[in-house]
Amino acid sequence: MSVPYAKLPLWVEYGLIPLINLVVAFLVAGLVVLLVGESPIRAATLLVQGAFGYGEGLGFTLYYATNFIFTGLAVAVAFHCGLFNIGGEGQAYIGGLGVAIVALALDGIFPWFLTLPFAILAGALFGAAWAFIPGYLQAKRGSHVVITTIMFNFIASSVMVYMLVEVLKPIGSMAPQTETFLPGAHIPTLDWLLGIFGLDIGGAPFNLTFVIALVAAFLVWLLIWRTRLGFEIRTMGASPTAARYAGIKEVRIIIITMLISGGLAGMMALNPIMGDQDRLQLDFVAGAGFVGIAVALMGRSHPVGIIPAAILFGMLYQGGAEIAFEMPEISRDMITIIQGLVILFAGALENMFRPAITTFFATLSGAGRRSEATAAGE
Amino acid sequence: MDYFQIILVTLEATIRLSVPLIFAALAGLYSERSGVFDIGLEGKMLAAAFAGGAAAAVYGSAFIGLAAAILISVALAMVHAFASITQRGNQIVSGVAINFIALGSTVILGQAWFQQGGRTPQLGEGSRFEAIRLPLTDTLEDVPVIGPIYENLISEHFLLTYLAFALVPFTWWVLYRTRFGLRLRAVGENPGAVDTAGISVTQMRYLGVLCCGILCGFAGAYLSMAVAAGFVKGMTAGKGFIALAALIFAKWKPVNVMLACLLFGFLDALAILLQGQELPVVGEVPVQFMQALPYVLTVILLAGFIGKAIPPKAGGQPYVKER
Repeated sequence: MSVPYAKLPLWVEYGLIPLINLVVAFLVAGLVVLLVGESPIRAATLLVQGAFGYGEGLGFTLYYATNFIFTGLAVAVAFHCGLFNIGGEGQAYIGGLGVAIVALALDGIFPWFLTLPFAILAGALFGAAWAFIPGYLQAKRGSHVVITTIMFNFIASSVMVYMLVEVLKPIGSMAPQTETFLPGAHIPTLDWLLGIFGLDIGGAPFNLTFVIALVAAFLVWLLIWRTRLGFEIRTMGASPTAARYAGIKEVRIIIITMLISGGLAGMMALNPIMGDQDRLQLDFVAGAGFVGIAVALMGRSHPVGIIPAAILFGMLYQGGAEIAFEMPEISRDMITIIQGLVILFAGALENMFRPAITTFFATLSGAGRRSEATAAGE
Repeated sequence: MDYFQIILVTLEATIRLSVPLIFAALAGLYSERSGVFDIGLEGKMLAAAFAGGAAAAVYGSAFIGLAAAILISVALAMVHAFASITQRGNQIVSGVAINFIALGSTVILGQAWFQQGGRTPQLGEGSRFEAIRLPLTDTLEDVPVIGPIYENLISEHFLLTYLAFALVPFTWWVLYRTRFGLRLRAVGENPGAVDTAGISVTQMRYLGVLCCGILCGFAGAYLSMAVAAGFVKGMTAGKGFIALAALIFAKWKPVNVMLACLLFGFLDALAILLQGQELPVVGEVPVQFMQALPYVLTVILLAGFIGKAIPPKAGGQPYVKER
């Protein structure tokens, strides 16, 4: 076992192995469905139909996927630097504060397309600020970023409850949420985009933020693989010692990476706050920050992998709601289980099937070579 | 109100609230001292609370419930051990996964089995742990000061409460006075040396994680079968992470763990006491501030501003025998 894993063909490395891990995760989830006394096959059918079968379902799937692209990218950028940012949840939550402040300030003055850039900036800035302290502490004082970001998730939750209950709640209102924004802070839906394919979006809040997420994914790709900073980030992640010898400033890179990561998580807030609810509510992040971990692991920290992984989780969220409607035994919490299983099999146990697959391909190519040799000898 | 009474009630609440933290933090101590980081304390506790509540409700026995709680918690701990020791996977990722699996499956299974919105049935007498009235309580009842102190703080607790506090010196003894403890600490600091001495690193780490599973089982059982009479969806409410914070705050030392847990429990009790109360000088303290305080304190400690928290040296790294 001490031999490093043999190199596998690219399609096996990036296609087959993640796929096998994913399939195993879903098989185990299927067992849970069986245990509850429902048919896993029927559940899967309902899931796919509910998520992609009609316009509104697809709209919701893509709406959820938008959240997960942002949080997935946030986790992925940190991964490239060898940092594990579990704080996406808190960073997105605080990012929401920035978005809401801008929306409340500008919704009566500007039309939405002028408010939007400021909101993006504010969301990213607030998210980045929340990631700055863990980043700084990791870089300067060696406090483990995993622990500090977990702590910051809880602190963010307390801060936001305080802000909503004591500061942002309109006088006379009971619900801990801000006032409803004017149309000047509402991001329009992309109903026309689905309309092209003859689908009716219905009440789904699928909106322009999806496009912003795709742009962010492209920019992350550009940053990580096509810029000097991205190279430094990856070097740092691959070997901190090598990075230090190469004269890369460790402190600077760690802090910048965490800022970018937090900024991406913070931008997630645009989607629910300005694209759907038109107000800042308690717990609007609803676990999207944690889904980002699963998405980044499944997508192998590459934007090209993250987008389909995010859509897969969007499907689980939307289709899961449909299943809950048809099979009362299986509530939305089923998604939490699947999420955990995906993280387990695609993350912690990612190498479980690798030795078998490596042996399989080694014998395959070995056998091929032998038969060629015998063919040549004859 | 009588100040003496207030202090007594607060201290009693402190003990009650810190017991699950002590179990969970000591659980984390065994695992992390052996070099396996565990952020899945929360998940194991939650699953154990559910298993305990469910089994006690079905079989009508607190001890069967406790056994079920420990069994499930150990099973999850073994998944973590398999992923992080045998498969050399990322320990943080594995912990995160276990938290989610526990969070989802407790609700799904609870709903499917009991149809009470994720709760388990209310536990009656005999199927939960009852407070134990120590001898002398009645005798001392009328003695001023000592009587109430004895009744509230020393007597009238659950069996698991006494166990939790007994585990603190026991853990200290195991860790610093037994061969097992020495090896456990060594395997978390320098596994290579332990391996050279002919001791299996894998086995030691599995044992560490096993202890962690058992203790998380107690923590969960305490929540659903002692303080509360039944499991409620998401009832750990971040206690696993507070315990993790306490473990770091205590710098991975058993007696410090107890003190840190009592401190965090006290903050929690204080938050309940101070809710909506005006204080001199500072005015009303927002309850959210009190809730966030343990996390803030841990971050400050981690930053090295009040002492330095140095984790076990080989923590988080899978051990690879030779290259």
